[in-house]
Amino acid sequence: MSTHVPVGYKWWTGGKSPYNVSYGKLMMWIFLMSDTFTFGALLISYGTIRVSHDYWPDPNHVFNTFPFMGHANLPLAFVSLMTFILIMSSVTMVLAVHEGHKRNRAGVEKWLLWTILGGFMFLGCQAWEWTHLITSSHAVLIDGQIQEIGATIKQNPFGAIVPGLMHDGHHVTLPGPVGFGGFFFGITGFHGFHVFSGVLLNILIYFWTRNGRFDRLGHYEMVEKVGLYWHFVDLVWVFVFLCFYLI
Amino acid sequence: MEHAHQDLAASPEITFQHEPAANTKRIWKTFWILLVLTIAELALGLSHYAFHMENWLILFVKGAMIILSLCKAIYIVSIFMHLGDEVRNLKLTILVPLLLFIWFVLAFLWDGAAWKNLRNTYNKPASTEQVAPHESHKPGTLD
Repeated sequence: MSTHVPVGYKWWTGGKSPYNVSYGKLMMWIFLMSDTFTFGALLISYGTIRVSHDYWPDPNHVFNTFPFMGHANLPLAFVSLMTFILIMSSVTMVLAVHEGHKRNRAGVEKWLLWTILGGFMFLGCQAWEWTHLITSSHAVLIDGQIQEIGATIKQNPFGAIVPGLMHDGHHVTLPGPVGFGGFFFGITGFHGFHVFSGVLLNILIYFWTRNGRFDRLGHYEMVEKVGLYWHFVDLVWVFVFLCFYLI
Repeated sequence: MEHAHQDLAASPEITFQHEPAANTKRIWKTFWILLVLTIAELALGLSHYAFHMENWLILFVKGAMIILSLCKAIYIVSIFMHLGDEVRNLKLTILVPLLLFIWFVLAFLWDGAAWKNLRNTYNKPASTEQVAPHESHKPGTLD
């Protein structure tokens, strides 16, 4: 796709939009920019709290399980799968937009369905990950006593290992920094909420495509606008993935 | 004919029609780039788990992962979101405000590091505190 604008074209002389996009698309961009600052603020506050602690859990130890693999130590494997699913769904979305440019209804429908499937797969993965973190218990030394706790927004078992103390064949740890749970569940939850609303929007425009609404309008710009939102969700995940799982 | 062409535009705000891409080559190329960058990030993320590293090297690895993520972001925004195909006015309107992030990140991480230093300086563990014992805790007195 390309736009050929004559060199030296005067955009600000009035009588036309200097942005060369529809009002709706421009507003989607402005909304996404504001959402960027919302996510940016959340991630930066997480960074501030993390930097202010001497100890912070190593993501390779926290995120090391995979469904149906029991206690096998597979650091970052599951989140890699989630990342791949989201990148793939971004590709199917941009293919739907591409078919929309060509006004090919069947193509738009096909790729939108794949994108919706990818969105549900990602949400399913996140549901499993959250459930695992909340319900799996670890031995933690709290007030001089060993307690079995999972990760919630109030407490988590990802503190430093207590030297020489074992419980049922596992190391006993100290409670992790309280902020870890709040930031992890808060930010991945807020991102998951964006994925969820993106899936709903995709389902909506899938039915609008099927009804022939965009054929009657003569363009598939709504697919582009929802596509922008969907790619933004993928874009945010790039940074959530970086801040929580890699660094 | 000029008028008929104009009718196909999604809205009257569009002065110059975007020409649809001929094929999906660019999309798939971007997919492979994103995949390779992600695998490189994962390799770096796992490297500081698999091998023992000096602190400066870990910092270097983390910096490399941040740069790779920014590259991914550029590809997603420019190709998938088609911002690269928009006119300069729109690009600048969206991208220039994001420069604020440079200051946000530096200022707030600086602040976090300052908190850490203050805590480590003044919140010493109770066992090492050099405080005169309270009257009731002097040896020989009953609690």
